[in-house]
Amino acid sequence: MIKTLSKANQLVLLLFFISFAMSENPLKYAQPKLSDYGFFEGRMADHNPVTGVIPYDVSAQLFSDYALKSRFIVLPQGQQLEYQKDGTFDFPEESVLIKTFYYPADFRNPDKNIRLMETRILIHTPEGWMGFAYIWNEEQTEAFLEIAGERLDASFINPIGETVNFKYSVPNFNQCKGCHVFNNKMEPIGPKTRLLNHDFDFDSGRMNQLEKWETLGMISGLPSVSSLPQTPDYNNFESGSIEERARALIDINCAHCHRLGAPGETSGLFLNIEETNPTQLGVHKPPIAAGRGSGDLDYTIVPGQPDKSIMVYRMASTDPSIMMPELGRKLVHKEGVELVKQWIKEMEKY
Amino acid sequence: MNNHLNFSMMKLIQALTPLLFTTGLLFANLEKELQTQFILAASGDTITIPKGHHKIQGTLSIEGKENLVIQGVGMDVSILSFSNQSEGAQGISITNSKNITLEKFTIQDSKGDAIKAQYTDGIIFRHVKVEWTGGPKETNGAYGLYPVQCENVLIEHSISIGASDAGIYVGQSNNIVVRYNEAFENVAGIEIENSYNAEVYENYSHGNTGGILVFDLPDLLQKQGGNVRVYNNRIESNNLFNFAPKGNIVGKVLPGTGIMILACSGVHIFGNTIRNNKSIGTGIVSYFMTEEAIKDSLYNPYTADIHIYNNVYDRWPGFPELGFDIGQLLAVKYGRNTPDIIYDGMQDPEIQAGLCIQNNTDARFTDLDIEHNFDSWYSPFVANFSEDMSKHNCGAQHPLISKSKK
Repeated sequence: MIKTLSKANQLVLLLFFISFAMSENPLKYAQPKLSDYGFFEGRMADHNPVTGVIPYDVSAQLFSDYALKSRFIVLPQGQQLEYQKDGTFDFPEESVLIKTFYYPADFRNPDKNIRLMETRILIHTPEGWMGFAYIWNEEQTEAFLEIAGERLDASFINPIGETVNFKYSVPNFNQCKGCHVFNNKMEPIGPKTRLLNHDFDFDSGRMNQLEKWETLGMISGLPSVSSLPQTPDYNNFESGSIEERARALIDINCAHCHRLGAPGETSGLFLNIEETNPTQLGVHKPPIAAGRGSGDLDYTIVPGQPDKSIMVYRMASTDPSIMMPELGRKLVHKEGVELVKQWIKEMEKY
Repeated sequence: MNNHLNFSMMKLIQALTPLLFTTGLLFANLEKELQTQFILAASGDTITIPKGHHKIQGTLSIEGKENLVIQGVGMDVSILSFSNQSEGAQGISITNSKNITLEKFTIQDSKGDAIKAQYTDGIIFRHVKVEWTGGPKETNGAYGLYPVQCENVLIEHSISIGASDAGIYVGQSNNIVVRYNEAFENVAGIEIENSYNAEVYENYSHGNTGGILVFDLPDLLQKQGGNVRVYNNRIESNNLFNFAPKGNIVGKVLPGTGIMILACSGVHIFGNTIRNNKSIGTGIVSYFMTEEAIKDSLYNPYTADIHIYNNVYDRWPGFPELGFDIGQLLAVKYGRNTPDIIYDGMQDPEIQAGLCIQNNTDARFTDLDIEHNFDSWYSPFVANFSEDMSKHNCGAQHPLISKSKK
């Protein structure tokens, strides 16, 4: 049986929006089960998207306890995005972004024994974007809405054969906003030109994602992609210099809060990729309201001295009162910490 | 047809789900129940924290809500304990909200700040106690009651104990009343930082490292504060060791500090009882005293327009804190009789209104004149500091003295 996100389904979504629009309850925009949306066909855990549900990825990823992620975008039928060079695309209402977090039992065999943890969806409602998390059942047949968050026992074998056990954390409705709120409005973080401008393995073959979207009629006004900015994949040694990769890493992992208009602005530390003021990037900047997060250190970044830099100290911690980011991880992103250390070690120009 | 059926079912489930959530039937555990209520609350709701000592593992958050009351049965009766906190840096976090009232409950042992409110217009803390129960320790959370980037803040009848930065801290906010509170065993009892229009009165701040701090710091979004009035407070025996983690500005506060004004303008200190703070009864200092470089070109490191009047000073003879440079300096110059009001002499050269000191009881004064006396490490020890208060007697020109409350 082949399902598509048909007109009928879209009508359901639309009626749904209208019928509950008067209530203040955010649940009115969410379906109780992931299958209710009809995003996938066949065995749902396989994530075979129906027509209109388009897979994508971003070049630099938020670290989420080493979880692997599958991402999809859904635009309302007949509507498209308008190209913009900077910032998140301006999505039409009823757009949906889907992201499933999963682990292989053993990262040395990443395609086998997959466990899906949760699927987060961002829906562009008439009241703005809203985020909902669906937790997969043990049988991996269905995922259920959970707005209050959850902690799940999780375990995997890492690429060097060590077993890692931890509590995987599913965010609550407010925590979704905590990262996604910018200038008092929730918005997606990933769908930006510079994070999408690279090749992706579509079923139909490998192709630049933005060009693919153009052929599908999903985006208008796209210039030649070779002229457009591209954020490096910080995991890939060949994607850029140490500095470029480190800036990509702290941009995607920190700047959703640490930028003007987001909650981390309180500290005056701005880590978005566009930031050029060394003090605001943390160089010889004393901490503000850091508490124990200062680690008895004086500055966020001391050029040449990663071990004296608060940024490294907080990234390498899993203590809730010290660690950065504050949410979304229980493990240390060792490779990320190493990259930032390397960057600070080589830093002279400021 | 099929779709239609699904739709009706779905609507039914959809209609029932919130009901189930809000009545709490789905949850045995209070943490999830409270968090769910915080998420689903409608304008005008009151959410109750029941009686008892409840263990909470993650930050409870309120985001984008209006007109909510979060109410316990009473301070020390409804207790949320975060001693096993595994997630999030705060006990309670409130963001992007309007008219939120928190009252009659206690927060214990949060890993980071006890209650943080950000981007909120209208936040009331009333009969709220926040405490770290293991005594003053570096591992305690930084702030107790912590509104930042807020408008219209009221903190009253509340208690903060053990914060490793400030017990009651208002930062980068406007229109603030802090009254009838008690703060002890914190590094700073009460701190107003980069904030405008603050009234701090009838509080009891004692046994902290510093009693009440009014600070303006660089590199922040709200660059400056002003119109801060600190009056009719009891500020006593703030002689606790400084247990702030190094790197934090509050770690520079000298144990034995009653009131400290750092790099502010437009501050009135009056009608306070400032007793037995061993090092500095009231300090008026510029940012230069921190010995930190200033890279923020919009920042004003000086003090100006500071008024100290009608306060009662009282101090047992004894040495100031000797673990800090400034304490050693005071001890060398004054022995066991440290002056009450200490000024670094760094008046903002571009503002006419200076430091006014009048009508205080038993106040002794010294001007360290750091611009001239601090050019080498030993020069402050041989310098003659000016103890003459008369040039700071603004006399009849005093614009606001008649407004002081009795």
